[in-house]
Amino acid sequence: MSWTLFLLLVKASGLTVAISAIAIVIGLTLGMVVSAGMLSPNLLLSMPSRVFVSFFRGVPLLVQLLLIYNLLPLLGLNVPSVVAAVAGLSLCTAAYQAENLRGGFLSVPRGVVEAADMAGFRPFQLFWRIRVPIAFKLTLPALVSEAIMILKSSSLVSVVGVVELTRMAQDLASSTYKPLDLYAAAGGLYLAINWLMAGLGRLLERRLRWGRA
Amino acid sequence: MIAAVSVTGLVKRFGQAEVLRGIDLEVPAGRVTCLIGPSGSGKSTLLRCLAFLEEATEGAILIGGEPLGFAVTPDGRRTRLPSGRIRAVRSQIGMVFQHFNLWPHMTALGNVSEALKTVRRLGRSEADDRAMAQLRKVGLQNRANLYPSQLSGGQQQRVAIARALALEPKIMLFDEPTSSLDPELTGEVLNVMRALAADGMTMVVVSHEIGFAASVGHQIAFLDHGQLLLRGTPQEVFRKPRHARLDQFLDTYLDRGAAMLL
Ligand SMILES: Nc1ncnc2c1ncn2[C@@H]1O[C@H](COP(=O)(O)OP(=O)(O)OP(=O)(O)O)[C@@H](O)[C@H]1O
Ligand SMILES: [Mg+2]
Repeated sequence: MSWTLFLLLVKASGLTVAISAIAIVIGLTLGMVVSAGMLSPNLLLSMPSRVFVSFFRGVPLLVQLLLIYNLLPLLGLNVPSVVAAVAGLSLCTAAYQAENLRGGFLSVPRGVVEAADMAGFRPFQLFWRIRVPIAFKLTLPALVSEAIMILKSSSLVSVVGVVELTRMAQDLASSTYKPLDLYAAAGGLYLAINWLMAGLGRLLERRLRWGRA
Repeated sequence: MIAAVSVTGLVKRFGQAEVLRGIDLEVPAGRVTCLIGPSGSGKSTLLRCLAFLEEATEGAILIGGEPLGFAVTPDGRRTRLPSGRIRAVRSQIGMVFQHFNLWPHMTALGNVSEALKTVRRLGRSEADDRAMAQLRKVGLQNRANLYPSQLSGGQQQRVAIARALALEPKIMLFDEPTSSLDPELTGEVLNVMRALAADGMTMVVVSHEIGFAASVGHQIAFLDHGQLLLRGTPQEVFRKPRHARLDQFLDTYLDRGAAMLL
């Protein structure tokens, strides 16, 4: 396979990484809020959160992407397809991360929360400064594996016309008649990116040891 | 003089169970009040009500003359105060827990400076300076950058005391601060508490350390089955002949050091 073809794939994987990274960050942040919502005693918060999670975990991502892509113009939002792609990925991963984080939030010791309460923390300060870091650390392995999952699932956004790594490989395969070379290269690139992600996850895990050996 | 804490007719029920059955208690400012009593008598529940971690079912609590949590209207009904008022009154209270409850993701210094930054909105360097001063007070200035998991139980509890003191409370509540510590570590925590008492801090201490209660306490309150059976100076409460229930309790809990004191 020629060097130019490979560079085209590398460039497309840049888009894959960018889309996924944004979706992972938005998904985690939204997931935290939704997860807290699910655990709220207030039905007005817990009901919508639970509906959100069951919808985005129950409907295939491919269908979600097509839905969002076709729904946005109806709402008067004429956004580029890459935005629809990021939105779809973010919402989907948020649902999974919310479910992952739920166990973490439930495991935050009550006394640690009471100590913050005594120190005068307001609810949102208590949430972001105490509950979130502890729940995040407790569920880190599951969060990282969901991040890797969504990166791989980003190959689906080609259906709304975003030319990311998989779509680029497809296009080049059909124009060069060398499908095997191109898909092998694309697979190698996905693998490399995921190694990098897993490494970042381990680095994070080490940083979050909080003094434990 | 206005009592630092004044409790009247406090009742606390958990469902059917009546855990506190009409408590009246005055905590004088600048003094140490020790709550003693058998396991399950309601000591922690009473202390948690004073911290508003638990809401009393009936009765009133005044902190420096200000109602805590609920206002009692002239016709005797209770109304919940707005959260701002509750927060303001509570900010006068510091609490130290049996299991320390340090924030595991922050260093000792972080634990002490955190609320100064997020709640009191102090700048980073001022918050850290104040936190460091508190750590020095409890003898842990050279452990500032260690995480709770790297500290002994006694050191963790001293950090927890420093964390509460950093917010400059008028009243400090302690719920069995030494009972989850190895015996050789209780001394360092009790010494910090002694120094605090000598400084004139108003303290309410739930403790099974009868020796500490007898020597440091100005007022002893003996709780049994949700009622305050006895209240007075250590001399009054521990003087023989003693109340039969207290005698029975002391037989079970009295450690040898305390036996010599009495
Ligand atoms: N959240 C709760 N729900 C139901 N019952 C409770 C709750 N908290 C405490 N109790 C009950 O209230 C009673 C008093 O408990 P409390 O913890 O105040 O006792 P204590 O005097 O502190 O005992 P100990 O010396 O063992 O700490 C106990 O019978 C306990 O089971
Ligand atoms: Mg107790």
